[in-house]
Amino acid sequence: MARVLLRVPTSAEKGAVIEMRALIQHVMETGYRPNAEGVLQPRDIIWNFTCRYDGEVVFNATLSPAIAANPFIAFTTIATQSGPISFTWEGDNGFAQTETRHITVT
Amino acid sequence: MKITRRVLLAAPGALLLPAPTRADRQSLSEALRQFTGGQPMREGRVRLDVSPLVENGNAVPISVAVETSMTAADHVRRIGVFNERNPQPNVIIAQFGPRSGRAYLATHIRLATTQDLVAVAEMSDGSLWAQRVMVVVTLAACVEG
Repeated sequence: MARVLLRVPTSAEKGAVIEMRALIQHVMETGYRPNAEGVLQPRDIIWNFTCRYDGEVVFNATLSPAIAANPFIAFTTIATQSGPISFTWEGDNGFAQTETRHITVT
Repeated sequence: MKITRRVLLAAPGALLLPAPTRADRQSLSEALRQFTGGQPMREGRVRLDVSPLVENGNAVPISVAVETSMTAADHVRRIGVFNERNPQPNVIIAQFGPRSGRAYLATHIRLATTQDLVAVAEMSDGSLWAQRVMVVVTLAACVEG
């Protein structure tokens, strides 16, 4: 499992716009870099990031090799109800990881 | 093919031809056309924040914000960020909706060299807004290893 850093508010007022920041440890190998032997290293990137709020997709991004290693993404959503917020990363070589946080909306 | 004296004499000339560039590289304009579907883009509403002088191209913080109320009637559907001179023109394409609250996106990107960055926003009414920013890079992302 790759290390993940998430900044998600644990509580929010109903209707408030909350900012979420997600960072995951990953090399994001571009596929354009030769290794020490001069052979191109195969591409190994995370190409999709999805955020679900209580099961509903609220943010989705398609990433490319131009995203820096350890991809960091910040975005916003509206706090609608208490529930789980899950973050899913999908990548080359079958990479898939999901992290979940819980938010309490008052 | 039989190697004649004529072919041999012409060979050094072939070496002077420009080296083939990455023929498979899609250009910035092609990538933009793919995103916009050929519809015209207008300047404004989109704000692409990036430092104009970047020391390290391996991790360049950028953020994109769009002026919009983000209601069901008027919101941003997609934001795309594209570059001019990386090996690939695409950087990121993000989907938004009324539940986003704000049309805001921040990430860290790689820049291979000094070049232009373009951020395009597609609104719910189908209109397209863009901003183009030039970034000077002193240390390029390690494309060459």
